[in-house]
Amino acid sequence: MSDNPIEKITTKIWRETPELDNPFAAASCYCGGYDIYGDILKNASYIDYLYLLFKQQQPTPEQSALLQGLAIALANPGPRDHSVRAAMSAGVGGSTHASAIIAATAVGAGNLGGAREVFHALEYWQQCQTSLKAWQQLIKQPPQPAREDVWLPMEHTPGFDPNGVSCPTPVKQTLTYLADIGQGTHLHWLNNQRTELEAFAGCPLAFSGVAAAALYDLDFLPEQAEMLFLLLRLPGAAVHSLEQERLGWRKYPFFANGFKLNP
Amino acid sequence: MPVHSKLEKFEDNWCTSMGGWSPEGKVVLRGKDVFKDLSDSSWMEYLLFASTGKESSKIARLMEGMWVICTSFPDPRIWNNRVSALAGTARSTGALAAAASVAVTEATLYGLKPIKGATDFLYRADKRLAEGETLEQIIKTELKQFRSVYGYGRPLVSGDERVEPMMDFARSIGCGEGKYIKLAFAVAEYLSASRFKYEINIAAVCAGLLADEGLKPMGFYHMATLAFTAGAMPCFIDALDQQEGCFFPLRTSRLNFTGDETVKHWRV
Repeated sequence: MSDNPIEKITTKIWRETPELDNPFAAASCYCGGYDIYGDILKNASYIDYLYLLFKQQQPTPEQSALLQGLAIALANPGPRDHSVRAAMSAGVGGSTHASAIIAATAVGAGNLGGAREVFHALEYWQQCQTSLKAWQQLIKQPPQPAREDVWLPMEHTPGFDPNGVSCPTPVKQTLTYLADIGQGTHLHWLNNQRTELEAFAGCPLAFSGVAAAALYDLDFLPEQAEMLFLLLRLPGAAVHSLEQERLGWRKYPFFANGFKLNP
Repeated sequence: MPVHSKLEKFEDNWCTSMGGWSPEGKVVLRGKDVFKDLSDSSWMEYLLFASTGKESSKIARLMEGMWVICTSFPDPRIWNNRVSALAGTARSTGALAAAASVAVTEATLYGLKPIKGATDFLYRADKRLAEGETLEQIIKTELKQFRSVYGYGRPLVSGDERVEPMMDFARSIGCGEGKYIKLAFAVAEYLSASRFKYEINIAAVCAGLLADEGLKPMGFYHMATLAFTAGAMPCFIDALDQQEGCFFPLRTSRLNFTGDETVKHWRV
């Protein structure tokens, strides 16, 4: 027998017991103490299980409703969104379906309307909470990175749309609904202070800002919020990619006339 | 202990001749010491050796020429490059942009499927020719079964401006006269005279050139995986250097909705 210690994956999230005839197959799986295939499968909603995965406890009805509402609001950013356009670019060329999701994830990960913006927005919530003065100060003097990173610094206040004009109706609808259904302090405050914050930021609130407030109300850490935001926006990317794959490249914009190479 | 699963013999037991690193500071690739035997290699020679086991500065140089002439157009409208440009405009990272564009390059219209498919077609065609079929029979069978021949035809334009410079380059390094490249052009001659009017595209040219150097479809595929990166990166960088979010923005009226506009109400 080898003297080398047996290396293991350390996790608090997931526990397994083996099948009697195969130590590589799990007979039962537990997440947060709950039997997934014996209990959660029958008794929980998908949204509840999603919350359990991230927070390791069963959500309250308000938390479940809030996450459900957020998931619906984010499920399809629409075919004009950068991440969905990336997935459609995969579709029209007949790329693999997995590559469409990879493309949507890679593009949707960014500082503009993407997961990294949500990450930074949560950092703002952590620092400012519901102090309008603190928000004003932080927006006026945003944090400067102390050294180079693979992520570039934000170019606008996280959670707001630098190319927007006024807060779009779906964003307002989602914010109002989530503030009501989730009973969360920060969503409620954001709903009341939206116009003031927009004046500080110089641009309207975006879905990323609503998502950040919702996830902060759900006690998500910035990295958890970033990860979940990446996942929640994929369904629309998937279906739009499949549609464009069927329609083909000839029906998809190529921007032949819009491309101008400087001499 | 009785074996319960095929996996058990591999538990804590990955045996490989491919290579690896040791804590003593030695790095080995396919039996060669990287620091002693391979440090003078060009990157393409290293990649060729890693991907196929072949040691050939000629093939490496041929591939390098292909990558420069054929697969590195910095145009953000090309669909894999477009992903990279979108990543830039959305302020994602360069690595995510490159990874996504590499993944999307495994496409049907262009990229890795035609690359692997054209090589496969030439090998199959050559075998069938040797078995006595005519070229016409081979091509007609391919079209009947697959409705296309990988390596022939091209979206957007009919000809392929890369063919001539690629062949010039190939000849300059002593390639370009083998049986597979000649077969590739013979197929082109047949197809361009047919009702399809397909012309040769660069995938067939590269497939023929590399098949003549002994590369099989899988070897070309592995080598080509990263081939488009030098065209994708400039697209990311350019978008990064321009205002965020401004890569071909689309207003709502740019959606051509073809479905039913009736507003329905969700059953509660």
